[in-house]
Amino acid sequence: MATAPRFWRENPSRYNMVGFKCNSCGRYNFPPRTICPVCRRKSVGRIEPVKLKGTGKIFSLTETHEGMDTQNVQKPYVVAMVELDEGAMVTGQVIDCDASELRIGTKVRIALRKLSEEGTAGVIHYGYKFTLVRDGPDGPGDE
Amino acid sequence: MIEGEVSPVGEVGIVSYGAYVPHFRITPDEIGKVWGVDGKAMGKGLMITSKSVPSPDEDTVTIAVEAARNMMSRSAVDPKEIGALYVGSESHPYAVKPTGTIVAEAIEAAPNLTVADFEFACKAGTAAIQTCMGLVGSGMVRYAVAVGADTSQGAPGDALEYSASAGGAAFLIGKEKVIASIDTTYSYTTDTPDFWRREGQLYPRHGGRFTGEPAYFKHVLNGGKGLLEKTETKPTDFAYAVFHQPNGKFPTRVAKQLGFKEEQVRAGMLVSQIGNTYSGAVPLGLAAILDEANPGDRIFAVAYGSGAGSDAFDITVTDEMSRYPKDRAPTLRQLMANPKYLDYATYAKFKGKIVRGRD
Ligand SMILES: [Zn+2]
Repeated sequence: MATAPRFWRENPSRYNMVGFKCNSCGRYNFPPRTICPVCRRKSVGRIEPVKLKGTGKIFSLTETHEGMDTQNVQKPYVVAMVELDEGAMVTGQVIDCDASELRIGTKVRIALRKLSEEGTAGVIHYGYKFTLVRDGPDGPGDE
Repeated sequence: MIEGEVSPVGEVGIVSYGAYVPHFRITPDEIGKVWGVDGKAMGKGLMITSKSVPSPDEDTVTIAVEAARNMMSRSAVDPKEIGALYVGSESHPYAVKPTGTIVAEAIEAAPNLTVADFEFACKAGTAAIQTCMGLVGSGMVRYAVAVGADTSQGAPGDALEYSASAGGAAFLIGKEKVIASIDTTYSYTTDTPDFWRREGQLYPRHGGRFTGEPAYFKHVLNGGKGLLEKTETKPTDFAYAVFHQPNGKFPTRVAKQLGFKEEQVRAGMLVSQIGNTYSGAVPLGLAAILDEANPGDRIFAVAYGSGAGSDAFDITVTDEMSRYPKDRAPTLRQLMANPKYLDYATYAKFKGKIVRGRD
C-alpha cells in the first residue's frame, strides 16, 4: 500500500505538467521519460524537461459508469484524451461538467485535484485533472 | 484582554491576487426540506440564497492552489523570488503536514522559502497577510504569499449547515509594482469561547446566540473603530468596505453601526451567493473589490476569527492597478457564474456525510 514514495517522485509532472521536449524530432511528450518514443536511441542525451502550459483541447472522451473505486462518488465521470497546445497527448478526468457539455475540440485546462487517498489515515495524492475553459480568458464569462 | 497593535511597515502592499470558488451550490430551501425546517425563511434570515459546495476531489489544498495559481498568472514575479508562504484555514486536510508545502510546490516556489499553516478560525488568512507584511517590510524576504481558504463543515441539521461553504483567495505581498498598498493594520484579540472544534472532532461547536454580541460584533466593531482612530479617518474616506460575513445579516449590521453605507459594502459582499467561506471570506471579498476598484480608491477591511479576534486593514489602490493584467485570471463574477445546483442527497454524498461500507 505504500505508494507514497512513487507518487512523490512524480510530483513535478503530476502537479505542474512537467513533460519533455525531444531535441531530435522537436516533439513534446508527457509524462517525462528518458528517451523519445519516436526517435528512440537517436534521442539519447537530447531529452529536455519542459513545463507544459496545461491548456489544450479534447481529442477523444468517454463517460465512465463503472470505474475506479476512488472516483465512485463522482459517477458517471468523464475521462478524456487531451491534446495539449504543445502537441503532447495526456489522459485525465474532466471535472465540474456534464458529458453533454463536451465535444471533440472543447478547450480545457489543468486544475489540481485529489486523485486518491490511502484510506482515511494515509497520504492524500494530488495531481492534475482537466476543467473546461469557458468563455473569456480562463473562466465562465458568458453573462 | 490583549489589545494588540501592529505598526505600519512602510511601502508594502498587494502585488497580485487570485481567487477560487467551487462550481457547485446548494440552496437553504433544499437543506431545510430534509430537516423539516422552513429553509426559505432560514435563508432569508441569514441573507443567503445559496452556498458553494466543493467537489469530492476538492479540499483546502486544491482551493489554495487554484487561488495561488490565478494570483501567479496575473504576475510576472518569478516564483523563486517568493521567500515565505502561509496558508490560513480551519480545514487543513492534514493535522500534521502543512497545506503550504503542497501549494509552494504547485506554484514552483519550493524549495528555497519558509512555509507554515496558520489557524485562527475565520481570520487565519488575514493573520497570514500581516505576517507577510512584516517579513517583506523588514526586508527579510522580497515577496511573500498569504492564502485564506476553507472547506468548512456544519454538522447535518445544525444551523451552520445553511451557511458553511468553500472558497479561497491568495495575495502576493511585496514592495515593487504594488497594485494596492496596505498602509495600516490593527488587530483586537480576546479569549472568547464563541466557536470551537476540539482535536479529532469532525464538526465544530458554537455558543448559539453567544456568537453575536460578545463575539462577532464586539471584535469587528473594536477592530474597525481602532483602525479609524489609528488612521484618523472616517467611513466616508473609503470607497469600499468589507467585513467578515458568516451570513449577510452580521456584516450589514456592523457596517451600519460603524457608519458605512450599503454602496461601500456591496462589491465585497459575496455571502448571499456563496455562503460563509470562513478563512476565505474577507480575502474573497477583498479580491472582488480589487476586481473593480480604481487607482486612488481606499478600502476598509475587517476580518473576524472566533476565539476571538479581528484584523483590520487600510488599503489604497495605486496607479499600478491600471497596468495590472487582471484578465489573465478569472474575476469573482466569472468564478461565481454558471454554478451547478445540487440536491441534498448529492450534497451529502459530496461532503462525505453518507457512511458507506467498504466498496
Ligand atoms: Zn523525438
